Amino acid sequence: MDVIAGNLDVFGQGLLISIQISVSTFVLAGGLGLLLTVCRISPVLPLRLAATAYVELVRSIPLLVLLILFVFGLPEIGLVGPLLGTAVVAMSLYWATFFSETMRSGVRAVPQGQIEAARALGFTFGQVLRLVVLPQALRTIIQPLASLLIAIVLNSSLAAAVGVTQELTGQTQLLDQRYAQPLVTFGAAAICYVAMAFIIGRSAGYLDRRLAVQR
Amino acid sequence: MFGRTKAQNRPEVTITAQEDSNSNSLIRIRNLNKYFDSFHCLFDINLDVALGEVVVVIGPSGSGKSTLCRCINRLETISSGVIEVAGKPVPAEGRELAQLRAQAGMVFQSFNLFSHLTVRQNVALAPIKVRRLSKDRANALAMELLGRVGMADHAHKHPGQLSGGQQQRVAIARALAMEPRVLLCDEPTSALDPEMIQEVLDVLTGLAAEGMTMLVVTHEMGFARKAADRVVFMDGGRVLDVAPPEQFFTNPRNDRAADFLAKVLTH
Repeated sequence: MDVIAGNLDVFGQGLLISIQISVSTFVLAGGLGLLLTVCRISPVLPLRLAATAYVELVRSIPLLVLLILFVFGLPEIGLVGPLLGTAVVAMSLYWATFFSETMRSGVRAVPQGQIEAARALGFTFGQVLRLVVLPQALRTIIQPLASLLIAIVLNSSLAAAVGVTQELTGQTQLLDQRYAQPLVTFGAAAICYVAMAFIIGRSAGYLDRRLAVQR
Repeated sequence: MFGRTKAQNRPEVTITAQEDSNSNSLIRIRNLNKYFDSFHCLFDINLDVALGEVVVVIGPSGSGKSTLCRCINRLETISSGVIEVAGKPVPAEGRELAQLRAQAGMVFQSFNLFSHLTVRQNVALAPIKVRRLSKDRANALAMELLGRVGMADHAHKHPGQLSGGQQQRVAIARALAMEPRVLLCDEPTSALDPEMIQEVLDVLTGLAAEGMTMLVVTHEMGFARKAADRVVFMDGGRVLDVAPPEQFFTNPRNDRAADFLAKVLTH
């Protein structure tokens, strides 16, 4: 236990970096996922096809393989970026596909009559989406989005596998190499992850109750 | 001309486009045909709605009444023919279509109030986003219209907290907030409990009396009789009769209409 007590700052730092990675990934993936969703429901066929192809392809690649491709593969063709940034980009590209599918199901849950009423009032396609469809869709997918955020947080640990040692799992590996007490160090890391997942889950439940749409 | 088809032999009054065709037609429909895939659901519809006129469309279920109503602001595409609103053909898509829709208010059978917004926001949203009114002006307008339909006290509620009749009155206020030139009502009372029908019909009757141009698809014969300037009878995708309500209800020219009235007026 001394290992934990003596290295609280290390865990704190690792946790902080993990949260930063996760939040950046969530925001980037959310933006890209929204774009993909809009393409997939747009009246323009090429956009629909391109977005569908992207989702089908990228979500079929294991995240670890995608991370290795970006971090170690791209430099071979001269594309070198900062390690942390590259990892975040790879994860965002991956999670955007899941965002897109989740949002699309939310959009589908919005009754057709809501869209007709908006069109009948003279809203443009963009306004119908922004003012009516997305606000209602988001309210129905709060819980699945929380599951997605939890998945992003937990899988941010894969960044350690491509050398992002600053984040929680990476820091824990370093402590493990120094003290050789994996049960204690990784046990502590596990508790940190569980705590984050717990907080996300509870917050989502709260938001869901506050914002639920009565139909 | 001589080889009459079976369809042409139906006992139907020929509705020629012209009776009242003139420049003050707010809505002008000529030779409108509509197919859903291979199903021909509107046959050569010709209809004019004059400024300030209240036209009530009645007929059995599946006769194409709602489809006709929805074609006018292009919630349904048309297969052939012409629909003009205020002298201009209804545009196919884009910003022009949005502008046209803003002029043709629509009231739906299922209300379709935006469920994530309050009553006041429902009414004020389109004036802010489409008419570009300031928030203060739009909110004032919303409260005034809600007052007119007797819903001002419920402005802070969400649609899910209201009865059907209340929701429909809010939906009417929402349509009026765009200051439309014509109000299209697609079975506005068909989803309501009997005791709530009257409160909605009262609002519509009031609007008619104030000179609002309206096209109302309904099964409410009492409303048709009281508020309509003309009654349009449809069956099987055709307009079979257009007549003033008094004539239509007391002495229908069309056999199918007489048959329909005999059934609905007995209950």
